[in-house]
Amino acid sequence: MSLRPTTTSLATVLAPRAKPRPLLVRLLLNPLGALSVGFLLIVAAAGAFAPLLSPVDPNFTDLAATNAAPFSDGHPLGGDSSGRDVLSRLLYGTRETMLACVIVLAVSMAFGVVGGLIAGYYRGRVETVLEFVADTIMTLPGLVLLIALYALTGPNMVAAMFVFGIIIAPNFFRLVRAVVVSVRNELYVDAAKVVGLSDLRIVGRHILWAVRGPIVIQSAFVAAAGISIQAGVDFLGLGDPSKPSWGVVLQDSFRSIFRNPVAIVWPSLLISLAILALVLLGNALRDVLQAAGSAHPLSSSRRRQLAREAQPAPADSRSSDSVLAIRNLRVGYPSGQNTVRAVLHGVDFDLRRGEIHGLVGESGSGKSQVAFSILGILPKEAVVLSGSIWLDGADLLRDKAALRAARGTRIGYIPQEPMSNLDPSFTIGDQLIYGLRAARKMSKSEARKRVLTLLDRVGIVDSQRVMKMYPHEISGGMAQRVLICGAVAPDPDIIIADEPTTALDVTVQAEVLELLRELSRERGLAMILVTHNLGVVADLCESVSVMQGGEIVERGSVDEIFREAKNPYTRDLLESSRAVELLEVES
Amino acid sequence: MSQPILEVENLVVTFGHGRHAKTVISDVSFALHAGETLSMVGESGSGKTTIGRAILGLAPVSGGTVRYRGETISNISRNARRKIAREVQVIFQDPYSSLNPSMRIEDILVEPMAAAGVGGGRARVRELLDAVGLPSDAASRYPREFSGGQRQRIAIARALALEPSVIICDEPTSALDVTTQARVLKLLKDIQDATGVAYLFISHDLGVVHNISDRIAVLYRGEIVELDDARTVAMHPKDEYTRKLQMAAPVADPQLQKERRSARRAVLFGSTA
Repeated sequence: MSLRPTTTSLATVLAPRAKPRPLLVRLLLNPLGALSVGFLLIVAAAGAFAPLLSPVDPNFTDLAATNAAPFSDGHPLGGDSSGRDVLSRLLYGTRETMLACVIVLAVSMAFGVVGGLIAGYYRGRVETVLEFVADTIMTLPGLVLLIALYALTGPNMVAAMFVFGIIIAPNFFRLVRAVVVSVRNELYVDAAKVVGLSDLRIVGRHILWAVRGPIVIQSAFVAAAGISIQAGVDFLGLGDPSKPSWGVVLQDSFRSIFRNPVAIVWPSLLISLAILALVLLGNALRDVLQAAGSAHPLSSSRRRQLAREAQPAPADSRSSDSVLAIRNLRVGYPSGQNTVRAVLHGVDFDLRRGEIHGLVGESGSGKSQVAFSILGILPKEAVVLSGSIWLDGADLLRDKAALRAARGTRIGYIPQEPMSNLDPSFTIGDQLIYGLRAARKMSKSEARKRVLTLLDRVGIVDSQRVMKMYPHEISGGMAQRVLICGAVAPDPDIIIADEPTTALDVTVQAEVLELLRELSRERGLAMILVTHNLGVVADLCESVSVMQGGEIVERGSVDEIFREAKNPYTRDLLESSRAVELLEVES
Repeated sequence: MSQPILEVENLVVTFGHGRHAKTVISDVSFALHAGETLSMVGESGSGKTTIGRAILGLAPVSGGTVRYRGETISNISRNARRKIAREVQVIFQDPYSSLNPSMRIEDILVEPMAAAGVGGGRARVRELLDAVGLPSDAASRYPREFSGGQRQRIAIARALALEPSVIICDEPTSALDVTTQARVLKLLKDIQDATGVAYLFISHDLGVVHNISDRIAVLYRGEIVELDDARTVAMHPKDEYTRKLQMAAPVADPQLQKERRSARRAVLFGSTA
């Protein structure tokens, strides 16, 4: 088989790449991250170079320095009850602490991460067994176990930290298992199976990558726990008194707290700061690794400035029967601290009474942005740069009270995903009645009667029974009928339908379109139908606006535009849709 | 007729055990011949995606057999499947979830070759990108730098990497815009003309498959209700469900759509009265 370039004419031009900064740089740009990394590096260096930095040997006793005050001759942090230099002991103790952290991390990861990967990837019986083991370990009282261990092994830091690693391993296990369970269903894992990759390579290449972030974050917290438990064990006197460690120094100073109260400050401070630094590092890592969404926060002063500058546009009513008029609507999204990229470039739009208007475009054309602007449900980071949306003489973009009064009452909304727009914990009836009573003042029984009639009207058989059902008990098509019922119930003048049939099967779509047509006719409803499907427009709409790149490039009656489009993009759209259609019906 | 390249015989797929068992595919049989496009059309819940996954070994085959060139490939070990991987490949519906976001395009394309132990390296990657109409500097980039249509081209390139004789296309264009869809369909057709690969094309849209298929099978609740050559199924369906499906899709022509609508009504009322 030879592959010849068949579609070079279609070769796509790639956007210039924006290279993200490496993780370490992003971490250091985070103030807390930089601070904690700096502190931990200093501690680590102090431990590593302890022999060079220590004034004297940590176990060397100088009777003259017994309980010496800080900054006394040759002992910057003073001496302990046996006359040993506190600074030297803490410096050497850092090595013990670092070793303890390494052991705890290595052991807990070895058991927790591997167990989590196996349980999450293979599931089934293996998962049940491993979860049982993890749960059992979590019920064990850690400190008691370590004290019992002391009776067996004597003062042995390595053994104690090994056991503590096992005790804390379920933390990693649960975390990793949960992430793997969600990743294994990704299609790229299926694709790897199809090309014949072994399980080991799939886990190594595809799964481990997804869990590495959570593991790194969790490691910081586990290391902090390791430090505190090691210090705690030593403080209880279960450590090796011949080896200096933070906990041993703390214990020494505690015993002579009445003779030398200052000495307790140094080990406590060091232990607290080290734990604090690790916890803050964990938080900073979490911010850096999981902060994909808030990449471009607009500074609040700039946001206020833009809001001030946003010019309203007067409603130069073009036709007397216009119910909704959008004038010069520009909406943008932050692309940096001070810059905004516009996604709508001055949209003008009129909706006449009783008219079904199609708003067509491909993804990214801005059609949903228009719909969301009318409903006042633009995402939080969106900025209205200019323009007005006029309904009954009120500008919905500025008059929040008018927007609240109109939304749900005069303007109904039919969303794209019927299932995710119903609350799974309430019955259909409760949701519809609640929604209706929020929009219109009426008694519960009145609302109930109206909802029941409407449910019958939208084609729901046995509406009494459906009222008592929960969303998961009904099909997608039925859910969309329920939502249409909810949108129409408060008797609005305008319906905004955002891809109302995209999630539905084609046979169900035909029925829902039929229903929308009838409802519009019966109730004189004006409708804005946001869709990418030109067939749906041809079926339902009288007029249409074609959007491309945040602008309306062509508008007019459906009959005219579909017969003879003037705009080349509209023609392209029509041609592409018709290429995949069954135009002929032969019987 | 020559021996079919892929045969599915009395396929049954059941998920769950005991009381919770749910049969998704019941007794489906068909054959795919070299170089042809056979489409599976059905609505949600018809089991069309499950058939593709069962052939690929991603869904359990509870009954019946799947054969590739006469050799049984259902319920075989992972090792045995590795050999089949060179011959039967897949393009998934969602081009966002089907590419690992952490891997460069080059690594994504090399992966199947590495798994199969075939060389080729960079030159082959360039050839593949070329074949799907992407510039060769795409190799060093990450999936997030590409649009939906471009990502689907990358997924197509990955499917082509091992020069398979069958590609299972699981709704490859349903997540794409209509103009992008037209280009991707053309690309798939061009590739078939150049390489003679056979497609098992899974879709919910009779219109999409009509032009590119040699034969069309219509699925309803886990069974094939009609299987015939494309024109017959799309234009003169014998089955009542196919007919409903055919008339339900709206066309982008207001006049024609009006006629279709009343025709559909007549059929629906005719069938219920």
